[in-house]
Amino acid sequence: MAAPAQLGLQNAASPIMEELIAFHDHALMIIFLISSLVLYIISLMLTTKLTHTSTMNAQEIEMIWTILPAMILIMIALPSLRILYMTDEFNKPYLTLKAIGHQWYWSYEYSDYEDLAFDSYIMPTYFLEPGEFRLLEVDNRTTLPMEADIRVLISSQDVLHSWAVPSLGVKTDAIPGRLNQAMVASMRPGLYYGQCSEICGSNHSFMPIVLEFIYFQDFEVWASYLYI
Amino acid sequence: MLDTQKPPRKKWWTPPFDPRFPNQNQTRNCYQNFLDYQRCVKTMSRRGKNSEPCEYYFRVYTSLCPTSWVQHWNEQIKDGTFAGKI
Repeated sequence: MAAPAQLGLQNAASPIMEELIAFHDHALMIIFLISSLVLYIISLMLTTKLTHTSTMNAQEIEMIWTILPAMILIMIALPSLRILYMTDEFNKPYLTLKAIGHQWYWSYEYSDYEDLAFDSYIMPTYFLEPGEFRLLEVDNRTTLPMEADIRVLISSQDVLHSWAVPSLGVKTDAIPGRLNQAMVASMRPGLYYGQCSEICGSNHSFMPIVLEFIYFQDFEVWASYLYI
Repeated sequence: MLDTQKPPRKKWWTPPFDPRFPNQNQTRNCYQNFLDYQRCVKTMSRRGKNSEPCEYYFRVYTSLCPTSWVQHWNEQIKDGTFAGKI
């Protein structure tokens, strides 16, 4: 989850998110370089006593400030496309989870064996234990195994919602009548928080998502009770 | 303690990647398997055969489709108002 007054991206818990953070740093550095160059040139322009009123053509500089931006754009596009195709790679999911948005809570279904379904409401502030996070905790967390590719199918029962978990690099719209697939994989155990990311009414800010990733063996023990 | 060290009885199974539906929108994947199950059961029972081969479609659509959709469609089939061709 985000620390108070955090400005940057949350720590990555999945390989895709690590790639996105690296790309973000790369693109941001390019932006800083261009902005500081432009600011410097503006300051030079504003503080010179020299004048030049007879410019007819400037072939060389025109060539430079066309070719150089084109090369910079290619340097941004190539990593971006690489990550885009990486998110679409062929995957063999271990588990299928359905996340269905309602006004104003999420419901989860694990239907690979027995039908396990539960609702996940926000934990009201007056019920929080010390140390828990306001507006982020839920009553029933979504338990998943770590180091496994999980197929998440996201839909909605009423209006548009969006299922987002920033540490895993996932944000997928929940559209009524449509089943959107997202792949989720965590490299480590832990709690990952997210919030609904599409305006959906008065309690849009109060329907968080908490994923609880546990060790594979513990999950298999829990799951074995499902398919006895 | 010993129980947790035993391996699970069966291997967990989830619907595999279906190349007919390679993209983000899996709505048709769910619906197609539901239709295929209904058609399979209808054809098998018409020929007087066991409908066990149809179980694959059943497992796929149960895993993929939200239960509310499945319940809604089953009610429609019972009422004779289901829009799909079975």
